Amino acid sequence: MNLKLKIWRQKNSNDKGKIVDYAISDIEPDMSFLEMLDVLNDELINKGETPVAFDHDCREGICGSCSLFINGRAHGPDTGIATCQLHMRKFKDGDTIYIEPFRARAFPVIKDLAVDRSAFDRIQHAGGYVSVNTSGNTQDANNIPIPKENADTAFDSATCIGCGACVAACKNSSARLFVSAKVSQMALLPQGQIEAKTRVLNMTEQMDKEGFGNCSNTGACEVECPKGISLENIARQIREYAKATTATKK
Amino acid sequence: MSKSGLFRLTIGRKIAMALSALFLMIFLLQHLTINFSAVVSPDTFNELSHFMGTNPVIQFFAQPILIFAVVFHFVMGFILEIRNRKARPINYAKNNGAANSTWMSRNMIYSGLVILAFLVLHFIDFWLPEMNYKYIEMNAADPNRYYEELLHKFAHPARVIAYVVAFILLALHLLHGFGSAFQSMGQNNKYIDSLKKFGVFYSIVVPLGFIITAIALYLQH
Ligand code: HEM
Ligand code: SF4
Ligand code: FES
Repeated sequence: MNLKLKIWRQKNSNDKGKIVDYAISDIEPDMSFLEMLDVLNDELINKGETPVAFDHDCREGICGSCSLFINGRAHGPDTGIATCQLHMRKFKDGDTIYIEPFRARAFPVIKDLAVDRSAFDRIQHAGGYVSVNTSGNTQDANNIPIPKENADTAFDSATCIGCGACVAACKNSSARLFVSAKVSQMALLPQGQIEAKTRVLNMTEQMDKEGFGNCSNTGACEVECPKGISLENIARQIREYAKATTATKK
Repeated sequence: MSKSGLFRLTIGRKIAMALSALFLMIFLLQHLTINFSAVVSPDTFNELSHFMGTNPVIQFFAQPILIFAVVFHFVMGFILEIRNRKARPINYAKNNGAANSTWMSRNMIYSGLVILAFLVLHFIDFWLPEMNYKYIEMNAADPNRYYEELLHKFAHPARVIAYVVAFILLALHLLHGFGSAFQSMGQNNKYIDSLKKFGVFYSIVVPLGFIITAIALYLQH
């Protein structure tokens, strides 16, 4: 396959950045999208140019590192996958491919296609955990009976890999799908109840502080999420939030 | 508001917005019922209009609530829109929104702005003359004047066209808005699919009712 690439190049966070055109040839349809970028980078290095910076780690869809907004969609033209799971057979010989970083005020570009997603970490630090006293007599979580339906739903929420595709796909750069998945995985389990109120309040507050947009219920996040996190999580976050703010203070 | 106030964070503002929208959607049903009566029976229309125009509970309780709900809804819409735009300072060079969402859901602010422009026209057309007639010129109540005035307003085709366009945009606004309002209130449950289906029905039938009324009045003139 021969392709034309239009890639966002930006030296650092202060640089203005621009789209640069590249031509690439002899790409195998069975290569992954990231392998195609590896080939491009080898060529750039051989020519003495700076390779394109992009995030990646596991390359099997579980770490959430790979990002990229490809031809107008987060993780490219397929659903239920991260960019590392996207194959070149999804494109045609002669195609022009736009490759841009995930765009959000809360995700500033570090270099080229790599963005800083530490806003997600700060939201997690604000409440995305359960405090367990590990003094030695901690109860084994498996001893607590939990209805199968709740366990399954909580597990579904917990499959979020924090990739940020929801933010990238949302017209408002809203982080609601991510935050609501992180709130939900605890809200559905008994272990999460003790800190339930402060968790949803603090995480929601941090989300607003980081400068993410608000939810317009377009559902774009749900379509583009590699893990199929659903809008039901967002509704659950709202219910948790309403419960926490309207409960009588103790 | 206190640190835990319901409406302090964006989630809460969206709940308030959905509540105001829900109120407006119920109001639209009532408004349509009265309008449509003009097509069926001018006498009924006169009676209903006279009641709405003179009943103190409607005039001094329901009407201010309605005005507040409308103003709140679009002001909050603007506030959220500004915040949402700020959240993405650099846009994508290529963005394929149609791949994952509907046009209606991505353009609520534009359908909303057309409705707002219509509301301004509507106020100049009906509300200001009513207020002038009743509370400034202090005319005596005339239970039979409404239908004649209504026909007169719809005599000009340009006005009818403006009404039709506005209601098409209202339909688009509601096609996303109806279901969205329930999601915004956290009500994504086993009823959501049926609710959304009813929402599609509501969003087409109600604006269509207003359109039919406007055209029928024009033809009757
Ligand atoms: C009778 C008039 C109107 C009705 C019945 C109505 C109804 C609705 C409904 C049901 C929603 C969804 C609420 C939610 O998801 O929480 C909505 C959202 C919205 N409305 Fe309206 N609306 C009306 C007029 C307006 C006007 C005049 C504007 C002014 C610009 C406007 C702007 C918006 C915006 C921007 C949203 C989206 C907010 C978001 O998702 O972030 N609407 N409307
Ligand atoms: S909700 Fe989905 S798209 Fe968003 S961060 Fe989690 S896995 Fe990624
Ligand atoms: S590189 Fe780990 S999910 Fe893509």
